[in-house]
Amino acid sequence: MTLIATQSLTKTYGNGVTALADLTVGIEPGIVGLVGANGAGKSTFIKIVLGLLSPTSGQVRVLGLDPTVDGNQIRARVGYMPEHDCLPPDLSAAEFVTHMARMSGLPKTTARERASEALRHVGLYEERYRQIGGYSTGMKQRVKLAQALVHDPDLLLLDEPTNGLDPAGRDAMLNLIERIGTEFGISVLVCSHLLGEIERICTALVAIDGGRLLRAAQLSDMTAATEVLSVEVSEGTDELAARLAAANLPVRRDGRLLLVPLADETTYDLILTAVAELDLPLHRLDQRRHRVAELFATGPVASGEPPAALAGAGATEGGIR
Amino acid sequence: MSQPTGVIHDIGYQRYTGPRLGRRPIVGALYVHGLRAAFGLGRSAKAKVFPWLIVGVVAVVAAVLTALRARTGQALVGYAEFTEMLSMLIIFFCAVVAPELVSRDLHNGVLPLYFARPLRRQDYALARLAALVSATFLLLAGPMTVMFVGAAFSVDRLGAVWDELGDYLVGLGYAAVHAVVFGVLALLVASLLRRRAVAAGAIVGSFLLTTPVVGVLMVLPYERATQLAGLASPVTLVGGLGDWAFEPGGEAEIGGYGPLYALTTLGFVVAGVLLLLARYRKVASK
Repeated sequence: MTLIATQSLTKTYGNGVTALADLTVGIEPGIVGLVGANGAGKSTFIKIVLGLLSPTSGQVRVLGLDPTVDGNQIRARVGYMPEHDCLPPDLSAAEFVTHMARMSGLPKTTARERASEALRHVGLYEERYRQIGGYSTGMKQRVKLAQALVHDPDLLLLDEPTNGLDPAGRDAMLNLIERIGTEFGISVLVCSHLLGEIERICTALVAIDGGRLLRAAQLSDMTAATEVLSVEVSEGTDELAARLAAANLPVRRDGRLLLVPLADETTYDLILTAVAELDLPLHRLDQRRHRVAELFATGPVASGEPPAALAGAGATEGGIR
Repeated sequence: MSQPTGVIHDIGYQRYTGPRLGRRPIVGALYVHGLRAAFGLGRSAKAKVFPWLIVGVVAVVAAVLTALRARTGQALVGYAEFTEMLSMLIIFFCAVVAPELVSRDLHNGVLPLYFARPLRRQDYALARLAALVSATFLLLAGPMTVMFVGAAFSVDRLGAVWDELGDYLVGLGYAAVHAVVFGVLALLVASLLRRRAVAAGAIVGSFLLTTPVVGVLMVLPYERATQLAGLASPVTLVGGLGDWAFEPGGEAEIGGYGPLYALTTLGFVVAGVLLLLARYRKVASK
């Protein structure tokens, strides 16, 4: 079943700003990354999916329902984690998540049980009776995730879930989202402006820019044929490149790295033999998955516009890592 | 090695297959939550101080009146006058509770979480309003019930109890009118302001703002101006309505304008509720 399907979805605000323009996309179950720069239309997209905004034109169906008509039914089965602060500091996490569970339609005792469960799953079981005001940013993000998860939704909408977190916190949050998508069996739509960050956990990516679709694809399609070996030698990079080219390997230069597509196990042997014969100091030989950002840059672009912003975002993030 | 006596099972994530309640029970739960929050129940000790202080003062007033009546056998203050006497305290109560119900949610940014759930924006606004009105009504109805019980035991014949019951019920109706009018204005003001202290001040201000107008109209040498003066302020507006509908023989001050007072009160409440709904339509589309 398609989770979210849109047909020429357009949203123009009263002041003439076009947030979404002719967006046609189908989102399948799994962990789907919705990437785009700030102001690309991600939040507008989420609000339309939740039925909080009506589209100017075009159709949208969420879980098989129309949000403009059956918004209540959709919102009962969807969990939403907003980007900004949304927690009362003077309540305990247990009280707050319980209240939010009741607001999602769970009966009283069930709400309390599932709130405890949700907080356990996000790793806040011990701290759940403390006031939220005393929590760290990472813990607050987890409470936000717990309140979105508490009523066991079929679809989670996460708006910039790693905002404000340190690198360790980001990794922990991403691992948690990956677990929710794989072990819990809940589909997740993750919005982010950092492609490099979420590509690790996503099964599919949808890239939008200026409210238009750049590209939507399953990650398995994109990366299947793109296993690449990167080779780095301290000196003699050119000689090695020539030798590998002579051995019929389609070698590519990338700065100080040589990139060789991995055909099968013999590729390793060919490279190692070449390095040994030239007697070069080998620095690094490892397999790397093609960066999705590069795929966006080189692959066929749906709208015909160069996705410069995205490639840039991915490259920057790659540089930090 | 000994055998482990207990095993810890990681039961993992379990999907929920039980009942999911619809919009109406959710709004009911939000109403009860708001009613509890109005008196600081389920909140910190700090949140309980002001509501219960006001409840305490009202209770003391009621207890003293009941005791005096038992002593003297004479009702010093009727049920309707009791509510009017306490109107300042009702304003304070609304000024404490309304920000607690709506300004707090605005300030913390919780509203998007509510609106991402099955209830609608207007459900939220109406559930909050109902909670505030009910809390204000309870503030008055509780002590009035004490007064009634006290009076019922101190009268000597059964017929007098029935008379007393009639007065009591009329008094409850008047208290309900107060609760609705004051609650609508207080919640509307609070829904516009994020900071609780600012909202509390603004609520008191909104009740007092037009009292000088009433004062000026009152001293004008025209009878009609004096009779219509009460329309200018919510407190005197309800008072005028009470003179006409709830206090037999109290029409002296407003002349024959009782129905006008009633209509104005109705219009005031309807306009307030519509503005409140409009306010939440706007806040949600942000």
